[in-house]
Amino acid sequence: MKQHLEEEDLILHFYGETGTAAEPHLSDCSICRDRYQSLQRVLNCVDAPPVPHRDAGYEEAVWTRLAPKLGQRSRWFQPSWFNPRKLAPAALAAVLLIGAFFAGKYSPRSEPVPAATAQAVPGVRERVLLVAVGDHLQRSKMLLIEIANADPNTPLLFADGRETAQDLVYANRLFRQTAANTGDTRVISLLDDLERVLLEMAHGPDKLDNRDLENLRERIKAEGLIFKIRVAGSRLAQEETL
Amino acid sequence: MEATDLSAVERTRAGDTAAFRVLVERYGRSVFRLAFRMTGNEFDADDVVQETFLRAFKQLDSYESRSSFSTWLYRIAANYSLDLIRSRKRHASRRVTESSDEEDILDSVKATDPGQDRIYYSAQVKERLDAALKLLSDQERTAFLLRHFEGQSIEQIGAVLDLGVSATKNSIFRAVRKIREALEPVVSSYEAAP
Repeated sequence: MKQHLEEEDLILHFYGETGTAAEPHLSDCSICRDRYQSLQRVLNCVDAPPVPHRDAGYEEAVWTRLAPKLGQRSRWFQPSWFNPRKLAPAALAAVLLIGAFFAGKYSPRSEPVPAATAQAVPGVRERVLLVAVGDHLQRSKMLLIEIANADPNTPLLFADGRETAQDLVYANRLFRQTAANTGDTRVISLLDDLERVLLEMAHGPDKLDNRDLENLRERIKAEGLIFKIRVAGSRLAQEETL
Repeated sequence: MEATDLSAVERTRAGDTAAFRVLVERYGRSVFRLAFRMTGNEFDADDVVQETFLRAFKQLDSYESRSSFSTWLYRIAANYSLDLIRSRKRHASRRVTESSDEEDILDSVKATDPGQDRIYYSAQVKERLDAALKLLSDQERTAFLLRHFEGQSIEQIGAVLDLGVSATKNSIFRAVRKIREALEPVVSSYEAAP
């Protein structure tokens, strides 16, 4: 009696993992041939979704964003920051950092500071600010990505995201003010763009329906915010390492 | 190809950071494609590309040239994609699901001509496939995507997932069974239709 092929053999044959070993049996055995054709019919309708096009400068863009980070051993981005519960303390820390920055900048000095220290202190302040702005942009980006990735056919419960957006708006204004003091026009422009979208999220409903989501996605896309934040993040990381 | 990969790796290890660019240019797109297949959206895929190369650079000392650089890189990309998918699941649970309504909408479509019939069929296949893919474990889904969409061999998939040949095959078998279970009724009824 002829032994039939197992389902596993048919799957491996479909994927070309057994060469032509199963073919003689399949041509002789109508039962196995039917089973194989049934498997083929199902697997043939599993089409690969088309991969979005990336233009000719894609690798260059990847490298441009990557290069400033190479050489750093500690990761400045953790996916777990995406948890909105962790955002409030982080925003508070950012506010404290900014407060410390301004306090250091404007408080009167009672004693003359040695020349070497006088040069080092602004450097430290600027680095603290760069780290804080970088963190702020990173957290904002994660919120934007959540919206960009949301299924447009499914309403999104966004109460946590709305609270996060409110915190981010507050921090954004502080950073914008600091950037205005330091005259960093690129950061100012980005924070202005970011604030408009964050405000829309902060004042939006707790549950985003299809139209709300589509509007927000259009705004994010029109402003090119995610890309701008990536570029700014790379620049800040680069300046941070100098 | 392998020799030049190795040469770029050695130069990078020796402190020539710019040599790493060769590897970014060579594998940036394929990592993006893999990441897109796994995460299902381009924003996450872009993040995976960045993070994969950053991790690869930092962990370059742990790369052993016995395996190909691309396989090692894909392993990093697959692991990070899985991390991202898991973090998304938490957010997905916050969303209001309206799958039953969607089924009603699909069922209400009347197929009055062959073109509509085909559209209806494709929509049903897609819906059921999406649902079936969500039922797969991370390992099963990755193995299936790499085999079915990326055409990688069992050995390559095993190397990416850090599994033996037998475990890799079993992951694919389980994935195919679940997908088949979900799609077969639709495929059969479509083919049986006059």
